[in-house]
Amino acid sequence: MRYEAPETMEAAVELLSTDDSARVLSGGTDLLVQLRAEMIDPSLVVDVKQIAQMRSVEEENRGFRVGAAVSGAELGEHEVFKSVWPGVVEAFELIGSTQIQGRATLGGNLCNASPAADSVPAMIAAGAIATIHGPGGQRDVPVESVATGPGQTSLGKGELVSSFYFPEQPPRTGDAYLRFIPRTEMDIAVVGVGICLSLDGAGICNAAKISLGAVAARALVVQEAADALIGTSVDGEALANLSEAASAAANPIDDKRGTKEFRIQVTGVMARRTAAIALARAKRVNKGKA
Amino acid sequence: MAKYHVSATVNGDDVEFLCEPEQTLLDVLRDELHLTGTKEGCASGDCGACSVMLDGRLVCSCLVMGAEVGDREIETIEGMANGEDLHPLQQKFLDYAALQCGYCTPGILVAARALLERNPDPTETETRFWLAGNLCRCTGYDKIIRAVQDTAAEMRGE
Repeated sequence: MRYEAPETMEAAVELLSTDDSARVLSGGTDLLVQLRAEMIDPSLVVDVKQIAQMRSVEEENRGFRVGAAVSGAELGEHEVFKSVWPGVVEAFELIGSTQIQGRATLGGNLCNASPAADSVPAMIAAGAIATIHGPGGQRDVPVESVATGPGQTSLGKGELVSSFYFPEQPPRTGDAYLRFIPRTEMDIAVVGVGICLSLDGAGICNAAKISLGAVAARALVVQEAADALIGTSVDGEALANLSEAASAAANPIDDKRGTKEFRIQVTGVMARRTAAIALARAKRVNKGKA
Repeated sequence: MAKYHVSATVNGDDVEFLCEPEQTLLDVLRDELHLTGTKEGCASGDCGACSVMLDGRLVCSCLVMGAEVGDREIETIEGMANGEDLHPLQQKFLDYAALQCGYCTPGILVAARALLERNPDPTETETRFWLAGNLCRCTGYDKIIRAVQDTAAEMRGE
């Protein structure tokens, strides 16, 4: 196995393009475990942490661009980003221990393509766009189109996710992420729900995006759940409809962490609770802006 | 396979080592630099026994490649005491018998110091969450948490 740490995107793409077994090393919290368990046997590991644009958080066109190799600890310390996108930060910070937070990255969480990845439903709900670099140049895709199934992505040969763009928020917007785990900490989501919603001046929901994690082979976008909120004041009836739509969309497996029936029911409960938090945040007055 | 020549700083000292790409920072610390205070528990990032500081961030050294740490600053348990003078956390762990077998202790001390450097007055809940990535199979944690909380109070001058 060879180790390379290029300093430019172009050099990283070149390296990844030359070796079919090459793997990207970002935070390493999944990659090193897979290497040790001999689940993978790459002849080349490309460490992307020397590429400055993959490590920075910048304001851009009234939104934010977050490097794919920014760690959870780093993003959590970015007070402005955290004030605008608390749901994204709380989802990211749920991943692993303090030690894992020092290393784990948004790009790694997405491209490891676990259906239970906590940051992914939150990024999808936020409308985040993944910027991908590859041999054919640069392309932008919605985050929901990157992971295609457990351990599988839509990335082509030589491609890597370099950053995420979080667009400008409309006024009165709030996001939130909740997950269910059997413990209080250090576990993998049994159900995860990311919600971002916006209100008009009269307090009526005029936009919503809802993403479910851990209840299908990849994170889901549920338009029916969003439709349950749009046009309402996100009152009890709307939350009940949201809950029903979210449960109906869940298509989970049975495993040791939860049965299918349990996950379907909990999806509705978590959706309702997550929406309540997003609503409260959308109503905040003195919210930090980019 | 060629080895990688890496220069880094460990506990304030410049070090150089040769490592294979398969070697983790934990392997390098223990096998190349002979700093065996850092322990291998699970080797998969779950137990925290191998906790070290990497450029001021608490990390599991088992999840860092040795080849990655060129020009970076590493702090291990060996750098915690000042000569014969124990760090207040180390002394308090002895006073409270906050260890039994001691295997998890270096990692917990490194993690606890990182907490107190960031937050000199953590609540018990904050301490428990911060240390959730450090497993101890002997103590039941209570003495560890009390030792950290009391060290924090002592270092604040209370």
